[in-house]
Amino acid sequence: MAELTDKKTSTISLRRKPRWGESIIQGLLFLSGFLSIFITIGIVYELGKEALLFFQMPEVDLLSTITSTEWKPHVNKFGIWPLLTSTLLTSTIAMSIAIPLGMSVAIYLSEYASPKVRNTLKPVLEVLAGIPTIVYGYFALTFMTPLLRQIFGNDTVQIYNTASAGLVMGILILPLITSMTEDSLSAVPRSLREAAYGMGATKLEVAVQIVVPAALSGIAAAIIVGISRAIGETMIVAVAAGAGPNFTLNPFIGAETITGHIVRISGGDLSYDSIDYNSIFALGLFLFLVTLTLNIISQAIVRRFREVYE
Amino acid sequence: MTTNNNPEPTYVIETQDLEIYYGTFKAVTDVNMKVEQNKITAIIGPSGCGKSTLLRAFNRMNELYAGTSIKGKITFNGQDIYAKEVDPVEVRYRIGMVFQKPNPFPKSIYENIAWTARIHGYKGNMDELVENSLQQAALWDEVKDKLHQSGLSLSGGQQQRLCIARAISIKPEVILMDEPASALDPIATLKIEELMQELKKNYTIVIVTHNMQQAARASDYTAMMMLSGEGERSGTMIEFNETKTIFTRPADKRTEDYVTGRFG
Repeated sequence: MAELTDKKTSTISLRRKPRWGESIIQGLLFLSGFLSIFITIGIVYELGKEALLFFQMPEVDLLSTITSTEWKPHVNKFGIWPLLTSTLLTSTIAMSIAIPLGMSVAIYLSEYASPKVRNTLKPVLEVLAGIPTIVYGYFALTFMTPLLRQIFGNDTVQIYNTASAGLVMGILILPLITSMTEDSLSAVPRSLREAAYGMGATKLEVAVQIVVPAALSGIAAAIIVGISRAIGETMIVAVAAGAGPNFTLNPFIGAETITGHIVRISGGDLSYDSIDYNSIFALGLFLFLVTLTLNIISQAIVRRFREVYE
Repeated sequence: MTTNNNPEPTYVIETQDLEIYYGTFKAVTDVNMKVEQNKITAIIGPSGCGKSTLLRAFNRMNELYAGTSIKGKITFNGQDIYAKEVDPVEVRYRIGMVFQKPNPFPKSIYENIAWTARIHGYKGNMDELVENSLQQAALWDEVKDKLHQSGLSLSGGQQQRLCIARAISIKPEVILMDEPASALDPIATLKIEELMQELKKNYTIVIVTHNMQQAARASDYTAMMMLSGEGERSGTMIEFNETKTIFTRPADKRTEDYVTGRFG
């Protein structure tokens, strides 16, 4: 490169120069991309393989698994419903806290808060997201449950119950929803807000009718990630929701979720290739399929309703 | 609307020793101008001299961003629009705006206008209002068969006319235009300029432009702005007069240099 000025007189070299640095970086990047896909496929394969073993066992048949309302492994009853209902119950309670609250906080942070308030509140929320979930579990058991019992009475609310686990799970998911929603609201271009303000719109009209619809795809993603998190959340329900499958929609009594059940079963001495061992993988696969379905549905919804702003 | 034969002109917007600040930085100073009803007033000057800042002061858009403030006075039909009891939302309802980059809402062509009318409580026949507004903006014939497509599916020039249709749908008295044609090709620009001549029959227009030919062609009055002062320089209105005077017999040497293309 020492003879820059001489360039004009010489012809362009037609020989391609090897750039080793480029090739190495490109190879490394490809490898990391490939690795993450490979690991995902590996997990799904392993789940599927062990789950298949479960369904091949003579004691199990698929039909009664998806129809029966009893999960009693010791008498060979493997109906998914009691575990599923309590999972849905805790997740629904959690999301009914996290979605409205998370959206409101996000809209406040993005559209109303002064930079000073925003720069204080966001890190605080992120700290909330960093608390280990086991702490949330004991918070549910030792704070939320007594509170619920005080409000609704000791006879109505059992020590272990899905309501307290769900509520605390909502608090856990809140920062996640807030942070993702706020990011997508902030990404809406300033020119769009100015267009609305310039037409004499109020702050609320701009926020709710212009900015939120434009950010819908990000908001939907936030909600789906939140739901997946709720369905997969383990420690809180293992500590606070109760042990033992229970086919009920009453949030004040104990009921074991899918994840809670997996934790309790795998906590004991579980021998390889036993029916309990294999059932865990079937449950894991089921959880995976539920979140996968949610993702697909949400993407379809987003494609349908999104307001593309560029 | 008063007729143009009125010998005593009506001024819609007037400024008195207006200064605009970003924090402690004085961005614009010494603005004394009168915007006459049913005329087009152009604000010209080199980049960064505070033209847009001044325009945005007229409908209180600057204050969407923390730290901006004004000194002096801006009146709209004689009323101080920065008075404590004045609602900026109301100001923007009466003084509409068209922006530099076309910014239709990511909604249908129809909804772009309907939403704007709806937030101001319009209860009349929406189809009629949409058609009228699009017709006034000379866009109706091009979009009448695709009203429910996204406003963003239109070309840049069409999008800008949609933004104009949206602005006039709520019948403001003044339309502020911030370099409305700078992102458009010459043909689309010409259309906007023709449209402005149509619109001034019913509206008062203030336009910011860095295109001097555009100001000369399209405007009745011209305000010339330029950075001046020692040290930290502020945008200053160095001359304000009828457009033909500014372009033929400017009083200030700097204006003459600028409009004749000697610098800028």
